[in-house]
Amino acid sequence: MSGAIGQHRWQRFSVQQRLARFTAYLSAVAAVVWAARSVEIIPEFLADAPAQTADLFRRMWPFDWSYYGREVHAALIETIHIATLGTLLAIAFAVPIALLAARNITPSKTLNLIATFVLVATRSINTLLWALLFVAIFGPGALAGMLAIGFHSIGFVGKLLAEALEETPRAPIDALRATGAPPASILSKGYWPAVEPSFWGIALLRWDINIRESAVLGLVGGGGIGMALDTAQNNLYWDQVGLVLAVIFAVVIVTEIITSTIRERLI
Amino acid sequence: MNLAISAATMAIDRSLVIRHLYKEYTVGKPILRDVSLEIGGRGITAIIGPSGAGKSTLIRCVNGLAPATRGEIIFHGEDITKLSGKRLREMRRRIGMVHQEYSLVERLSVMENLLTGRLGYVPAWRAWLRKFPESDVAHAYTLLEAIGLEDFANRRADQLSGGQRQRVGIARALMQEPDLLLADEPTSSLDPKTAVEIIELLATLAASRDIPAIINIHNVDLAKRFASRIVGMAKGAIVFDGPPSALEDKHLGEIYGGQSWLE
Amino acid sequence: MTERRAIGLPPPAGRTLALPVNWPRRLAYIGLAFYAIYAASTLDVSLARIARGLPQGAHFLARMWPPNTEAIKLDLMRQGLMESIEIAVLSTFFGILLSLPLGLLAARNLMPPWVSWTARTLTALFRSFNSVIVAILFVKAIGFGALAGILALIVGTMGFISKLFAEAIEEVDLKQVEAVRATGASFANVLIMGILPQVMARFAGFSAYQLDSNLRNSTMVGIVGGGGIGAALFTAYQRFDYDYVFTILLAIIAIVMVSELVSVQIRKIFQ
Repeated sequence: MSGAIGQHRWQRFSVQQRLARFTAYLSAVAAVVWAARSVEIIPEFLADAPAQTADLFRRMWPFDWSYYGREVHAALIETIHIATLGTLLAIAFAVPIALLAARNITPSKTLNLIATFVLVATRSINTLLWALLFVAIFGPGALAGMLAIGFHSIGFVGKLLAEALEETPRAPIDALRATGAPPASILSKGYWPAVEPSFWGIALLRWDINIRESAVLGLVGGGGIGMALDTAQNNLYWDQVGLVLAVIFAVVIVTEIITSTIRERLI
Repeated sequence: MNLAISAATMAIDRSLVIRHLYKEYTVGKPILRDVSLEIGGRGITAIIGPSGAGKSTLIRCVNGLAPATRGEIIFHGEDITKLSGKRLREMRRRIGMVHQEYSLVERLSVMENLLTGRLGYVPAWRAWLRKFPESDVAHAYTLLEAIGLEDFANRRADQLSGGQRQRVGIARALMQEPDLLLADEPTSSLDPKTAVEIIELLATLAASRDIPAIINIHNVDLAKRFASRIVGMAKGAIVFDGPPSALEDKHLGEIYGGQSWLE
Repeated sequence: MTERRAIGLPPPAGRTLALPVNWPRRLAYIGLAFYAIYAASTLDVSLARIARGLPQGAHFLARMWPPNTEAIKLDLMRQGLMESIEIAVLSTFFGILLSLPLGLLAARNLMPPWVSWTARTLTALFRSFNSVIVAILFVKAIGFGALAGILALIVGTMGFISKLFAEAIEEVDLKQVEAVRATGASFANVLIMGILPQVMARFAGFSAYQLDSNLRNSTMVGIVGGGGIGAALFTAYQRFDYDYVFTILLAIIAIVMVSELVSVQIRKIFQ
């Protein structure tokens, strides 16, 4: 076999690929170095961090169990309501927007673009920001929290739903269309069965996320268990803070178990 | 070239001896029962038999992917069944293996898959940076030409056809410069024409390097055509051992047909 | 698509069979509807309340316009935003760095059960709390400032990335790994050329996603004293400086959208 082959130089990627990766790595390193150099960290605070942390845990335990009956239980139920209603609200808004955003359902480019923009915009405003907005409008309370959860979730639910719709196989849809079925039954008999598993997956996933998210709403007046946390924290009752955190953890775990059980049944 | 290689390799004893090999995954249900086999330092040995006869397990015992329960497997003067850790890995790199389809690392290029064959020899930093010794890269290009895929070095494995994958799989095994070649149903998911080409390639390359090969294969005709020796297995035991010419219908009945009415 | 996979959703099924009427499911729908009505009533969600809110909302929106563009305010905002970006970059970097070993430990196909269970419990704990809540604890432990925010986001990053990384490893095709093992490769080499190539693209995908998510959260940890733009935002909000709130909101949205573009690019490069 010829000697020329032995002189092949082999490299893993093409020049462009390597350039792109190199740029990505370089920018990552540059960003980290820049951030590390410019971020303000006060060393004196660090010095007594271990002592403060130990103190924190010592003050947390034992929990103030009586706080559960007084405040936490009602707040917890409210949190679950906020998360669930918020998710339902998000779905109600997201379904029509997703239909408009899916290119295979809505043939108009302009409408697709507008719908996609709405999805991106709702998602890029954090739940807490939405909560601030709604607290300013409706006053503090669970209503503001629910709307915040709902509006922030529109983007997430809508985007994933639109993607699922776009991945629907064409053949059954075309077959339905060939029979002269009206658009409504094409949606319900053609698209819905294809996206149903994804739909429930998305809804459950978002509900799961929203349970966690709604725990924080109370910090800005959005109701729920965050209120109990905020009160305890402002009063420096760390034994109550500890209790609230433990309750949140328990709820999150239970939620995760519920969603994974339902998901296994449904999908 | 062949002269140089065979002169260098004649000195090494490439024979494999298997004695009273047992393998059970669950106690009391042996997959291999008292398998004894001596394979000389050259030629192709085809192992035929129905699914579940233990062909794959036998092959996997030889390179230690499936640890044997009892018995001996002697290669290079060592009992493979007794090896573990670094010693086992050093043994494995002397034994090349062609797997069933889809055993290439799909997201790596053809070249990277070939260089995988050198992983027993290179340190982790070289693997990480893909800085393999130049001699390895040169060897890989030689093999790529031998398997007719010289233009595919930077193609990703998931873009190859089934036949191309298996060619790369063979080349990867040969990258190890092995003293023994194992092939586990290398044609199981290929069309008949490609299957013949793959076995032919395997046979040619093994013969030109004087490497003995053990091939598990479903297709009896292919086995007869390319192997110098045929071993028939049924229910974990060897029921036939001889040259292709000695393999008759009654043996085939014993190997394949025997199963259906014994159950 | 990448995002769907990153968060572990199944690919949409190509199911075309229309199911016959499913009574348990229908009952579940009805139950859900009743629950919604009941829950809404307990939360004091009523049309009257919403009607009362609308003029308030109009008033609120009117006070937002025009956005405040005083030089001092803009400069303050720029500082806050920079700090938020620093928090996001550092927490993503260190969070991912720490997630690699933790994810490896949590992979059930590589580790003995007691190791993977310990690691999984730890990641579940990290994931349970919103970063703002974790930030409260860090602010108490190490004082106000960016470090508390960074540490809070590192915890959140580890919770998500370790879990996704472990799942990616668990879904690795073992045939491919075994083929690499059969060449006599060491454990490190099997990891480098058998497992990493299979998980790398997904990993880059959800790391980029996490950068995105950390940036969003880094604008919020300031509400509880964790540094970044959140402090300025919350202060302005509490003082009813709604025009300044609006300026900050616009800036946050702009930054989040830019980061989304960046994260799409990163995913493309490492596909």
